[in-house]
Amino acid sequence: MAKQAEYKITESAAELEEHLRDMLFIRLFEEKCNRVYREGKAGGYMHVYIGMEALAVGWMKAIRKGEDYVITAYRDHAHALLLGTPPEAVLGEVMGRKCGTAGGKGGSMHIYDPKNGFYGGWGIVGGHIPLGAGLAFAARYRGEDKVCINFMGDGAANQGVVFETLNMASLYDLPCVFVIENNEFAMGTRLEYHAADKELWKRGLPFDIRSERLDGMDVIQMKRQATEIVEWCRKEQRPAWIEIMTYRYSGHGAADNDRQLYRTKEEEELAWTRDPIARLRKQMTTLGYMTDEKYEAIEEELTNEVERIYEICDASPFPEADEVYDNIYSDMKPEMGH
Amino acid sequence: MSLEMTYREALAKSIEEEMQKNPEVFIMGEDIGRYQGTFKVTRGFVEKFGSRSANYNYRILDTPITECGFTGIGIGAAMAGLRPIVEFMTMSFSILALDQIINHAAKVHYMTNGEVKCPIVFRGPGGAAKQLSAQHSHSMDGWYAHVPGLKVLCPATVADAYGMMKSAIADDNPVIFYENPGLYTVKGEIPDDINYTVPIGKAQILREGKDISLVGYSRMTQVHLAAAELLAKDGIDCEVVDVRSLLPLDTETIYNSVRKTHRAVVTYEDWRSGGFGAEIVSRIQEDCFDDLDAPVVRVGGLNVPMPYARNLELLCIPSEEDVVAAVHKIR
Repeated sequence: MAKQAEYKITESAAELEEHLRDMLFIRLFEEKCNRVYREGKAGGYMHVYIGMEALAVGWMKAIRKGEDYVITAYRDHAHALLLGTPPEAVLGEVMGRKCGTAGGKGGSMHIYDPKNGFYGGWGIVGGHIPLGAGLAFAARYRGEDKVCINFMGDGAANQGVVFETLNMASLYDLPCVFVIENNEFAMGTRLEYHAADKELWKRGLPFDIRSERLDGMDVIQMKRQATEIVEWCRKEQRPAWIEIMTYRYSGHGAADNDRQLYRTKEEEELAWTRDPIARLRKQMTTLGYMTDEKYEAIEEELTNEVERIYEICDASPFPEADEVYDNIYSDMKPEMGH
Repeated sequence: MSLEMTYREALAKSIEEEMQKNPEVFIMGEDIGRYQGTFKVTRGFVEKFGSRSANYNYRILDTPITECGFTGIGIGAAMAGLRPIVEFMTMSFSILALDQIINHAAKVHYMTNGEVKCPIVFRGPGGAAKQLSAQHSHSMDGWYAHVPGLKVLCPATVADAYGMMKSAIADDNPVIFYENPGLYTVKGEIPDDINYTVPIGKAQILREGKDISLVGYSRMTQVHLAAAELLAKDGIDCEVVDVRSLLPLDTETIYNSVRKTHRAVVTYEDWRSGGFGAEIVSRIQEDCFDDLDAPVVRVGGLNVPMPYARNLELLCIPSEEDVVAAVHKIR
């Protein structure tokens, strides 16, 4: 576990409050998703980001939003929200409604917003990693000043195609930052049971790729370090392989009701002492930037905002039956009928 | 004006012209640059689009032997708007990249409700070459034609290789471009027109006839033309329908032929059971039942892994004689 470092906070009160609001909004949004799922208004597979908020906030504040490419797996709500996708389009997609990012055809695992640089939203563990390298390849090919942030979970770090991609990212000098969101579990399998080496960050080294392990539970540090790495990648036109230590407090997916099969309640309680939101709140309080009253007011405001978004989505229709054939191709439909 | 050349040369000319026209078109694959391609479609490209001494050339990109990974990189580049041509040394190796092609390229347009396009061509030799045996002789055309989101092209003639490749590169969707290795040395003519294209999804009649329709694609169309010559000697007048495009499938041209001849044989090199020809047969009997004077007959590859010995290999691949025998069964 990366130790939480002591450091001097130089960020402004306004900036810290923005971090806090972003993280808290994601948490409240995801908690709402869980409730929506339990109420039967969302189905399939749904994976929330509770506990990991500092990671996405730090990285999404380090990039040039709308210019740089971002791609991730199926735990994708937070990345979209932070890139500027309207929350009702994210929740609408989770609920399979017409107002969703893909008009209800993608679902929770497949949120996309290319206008804001977000390229999904992918369901095959590790399968999107070469796609992210391909986005970086396009930037390099065109001589653009863009990088790709290519997120994956610790489980994905074992997929063969990830190693194939690392080889080519280094060989072709691709401006791609591979970010492992190591929440310690590949679904229900603990890191020590799925990774022979346990230190995933070292896996970039054989490919001559800058490789590091960082703490993802401290948003201030995360943003500072991510900014340095993103700009290094942009300037050097080289890939980086960064393992971020984090933790998901929720189950793997909304259907994971058996967390005790792979971890104890005591372990979860200990992990809660590293809660990135509580940590930032404490840091801000120490600096005199935050009071309990103010925090509660923000929490109430954001809770109301999430409810307002939910009402919009719940009022949005499901897609029409005749839309089922739309957009399989850009210019035609397949053979129709059963 | 027309130019005479081989199927291989027509492909090379088509790809080269599109790369010259559009800087966003590039080609990637194993041994395509310095080594000039295993089947030499990209002969001379490295001098035209890159440099022999560079570590890598983005427009003529030599890849490691990692099909899944480089296919994914091509798909990602296409999602960003580039127009990659991915060469598989053989389509048999595309099996390693099935997850990228089927689960990623074919899905992204639908999953984004049209927000992200994937203009990419996957091309390479598919089917039996000569004694490449069990692992290098797959006909994957039917596998891909099963997948909504892909287009599958199987040109049989030199002009179609030239014109359909241009259409494939211009298409905004993922296209599987099937080149039977037995066709590379076939000679033919192409129009002397760098803007020549053949529309995707249109079958063609290569030989008109009134007695029976021989329906096929890729090299089997050449087999049909030869079989039609043999059958003409027996007084049977065959119509040769070249399907060209499996997905989308031009059923209208096929049906019009069957409605005229009232009989059909469908030939495909892929394994007989569950191959794409079976789909064509099924559609004919479903939609043209009242026009048929006899059952529609399939001629497919034998349901065995491709054997090495030349005599056994030839036994597996449908031949003119197999087509003639099938025709005699129903006429």
